[in-house]
Amino acid sequence: MQHDKAPLSGAIAAWIVACLMFFPILWMTVTAFKTEGEAVAIPPIILFRPVLQSFAAATAQSGYLLFAANSVIVSFASTALAILIAFPAAYAMAFQPGKRTKDLLVWMLSTKMLPPVGVLVPVYLIFRDAGLLDTRAGLVIVDTLMNLPIVVWMLFSFFRDIPRDILEAARMDGVGPRGQMTHLLLPLASPGIASAALLAIILSWNESFWSINLTAAHAGTLAAYIARYSAPEGLFWAKLSAASVLAVAPILLFGSLAQRRLVRGLTVGAVK
Amino acid sequence: MAALELRQVGKWYGGFEAVKSVDLAIADREFMVFVGPSGCGKTTLLRMIAGLEDITSGDFLIDGARANAVPPDKRGLAMVFQSYALYPHMTVAQNMGFALKMAGRPRAEIEAKVREAARILRLEAELGRKPRMLSGGQRQRVAIGRAIVRNPKGFLFDEPLSNLDAALRVQMRTELVKLHRSLDATMIYVTHDQIEAMTMADRIVVLNQGEVAQVGTPLDLYHRPANLFVAGFIGSPKMNFFPARVAGVANGSLSLALDGGATVALAAQGAPPAAGAALTLGVRPEHFVLAAEGPLAGSVDVVEHLGAETILYVKESRGAIIVVRTDDLAHVRPGEAVHLVPRLDRVSLFDAEGRAIADSSAT
Repeated sequence: MQHDKAPLSGAIAAWIVACLMFFPILWMTVTAFKTEGEAVAIPPIILFRPVLQSFAAATAQSGYLLFAANSVIVSFASTALAILIAFPAAYAMAFQPGKRTKDLLVWMLSTKMLPPVGVLVPVYLIFRDAGLLDTRAGLVIVDTLMNLPIVVWMLFSFFRDIPRDILEAARMDGVGPRGQMTHLLLPLASPGIASAALLAIILSWNESFWSINLTAAHAGTLAAYIARYSAPEGLFWAKLSAASVLAVAPILLFGSLAQRRLVRGLTVGAVK
Repeated sequence: MAALELRQVGKWYGGFEAVKSVDLAIADREFMVFVGPSGCGKTTLLRMIAGLEDITSGDFLIDGARANAVPPDKRGLAMVFQSYALYPHMTVAQNMGFALKMAGRPRAEIEAKVREAARILRLEAELGRKPRMLSGGQRQRVAIGRAIVRNPKGFLFDEPLSNLDAALRVQMRTELVKLHRSLDATMIYVTHDQIEAMTMADRIVVLNQGEVAQVGTPLDLYHRPANLFVAGFIGSPKMNFFPARVAGVANGSLSLALDGGATVALAAQGAPPAAGAALTLGVRPEHFVLAAEGPLAGSVDVVEHLGAETILYVKESRGAIIVVRTDDLAHVRPGEAVHLVPRLDRVSLFDAEGRAIADSSAT
């Protein structure tokens, strides 16, 4: 067996695309270590003495830790809640499908195609009346609902890979739906559940529309924290970059640590 | 123990009738085999008995009590799946003890029962292993062990040997028969392999397109097939079929004109068919005699020497192949012309609808 050698031109094209895509992140990181003056200099300064003053300013001024804590709490809590709801739903859809199960799945996914801004006003009013504005609980609810379709879909496809015979054997053994879920599906689908959770955490962490619109100083996440840097007085590029790096770094680190698992989860069942 | 009865049991999937009004009584401690080609409804029938599939119409009775709506685990039946369906994350012992654990039985009792089942199935050394560390035959035995520990009234087997290699299959076949004898339980066994059916069953149910084609002991089916389907399905190599026409009925003798032009005379029994009626004459491969003269002639196409017996494929003048099984013809060579005389006391006769004509064969 010999692997086909990719043509050199293809490799070069791939590198160019990769560099283009990575460039903004690289530039943001570089800018974060500049002074404000260096950051806005034209032509851009390539060689400079890195300083940490922007990071110091970003964390000192705006309570970075509170926003970071909110991000962690909201993304983990909403993910846990979404898995909790999606698990039995996916079980029912995968193993006791009805006539409309397929339609239901497609309908659920179609809600993801709706622009969130379309429901901003009603959601805002409901949150205002329910006292959920600028609360972590409110954001957890929104993020849960936002991620639920994807989590249900993912768990559904993982469950579909589990042989039906095993659950039928369990039925013969006198194991009800709850026992099947806790004793069989949970251990057997744990890699799938882990990657669904991972994806939900990342999506929730990166979610900015709802956190910017529904939260302020108290329950704001890191997305809202970055948004605060675009003030009417103008932009402070170095501080904004430093704040962005601080917001992106944890999830990047988390994602890369879990990358192997995520990739395996996303492709499981694709090849059998 | 358990006697099972099906009354007019049917199964519809949407507009498709998978099982058509099956009537069947399975006696206590009987080893009953459902056999038929794929798609004949045998597995559906088994799953309805297990309770994994709803019964669309008719009644299913366990020991005389209607059990259509009884959930699977309350029927007292244990099932062994084709894929074994072992719990992959549990050890052999946990697999076997799972049902008892879920039923909340004391740990000591579970351990004792698992150990007893492991002893019966020679799995003691494997109790701590996970299924993926076992061979196919061992997995099969674990699946059976999982059924045994529940001490069920009846065992349901869904093609349990089809994933094993040929040698292991023969071995497991005899082990299952022994197991049936030692456990003294009712067993229903689904297979598409007529040899498994013949070797293991007390009685066989042959299913075809959702209907019962015939129920009987293995030798019953072999010697007195009720119709062309059973005649062709049971027995290997297959029974030979010759289209024929009734040439005349006289003095208790029925003379048949075969399509090739030859005429054979049979002793007519029961109500003789009308002259001119189209029939099918069925002759098993072992019921031919090679002779210098005979009603059937052809040239030997292929000779298979199996040692104890020899299978000849004889090509008739018009191209049809007649399969002949014999035990002492090692000298016959391909290309040789032969004449075949069917043993007329052992042949079967079928009417135009494929139904056996009563008593056409003697045993």
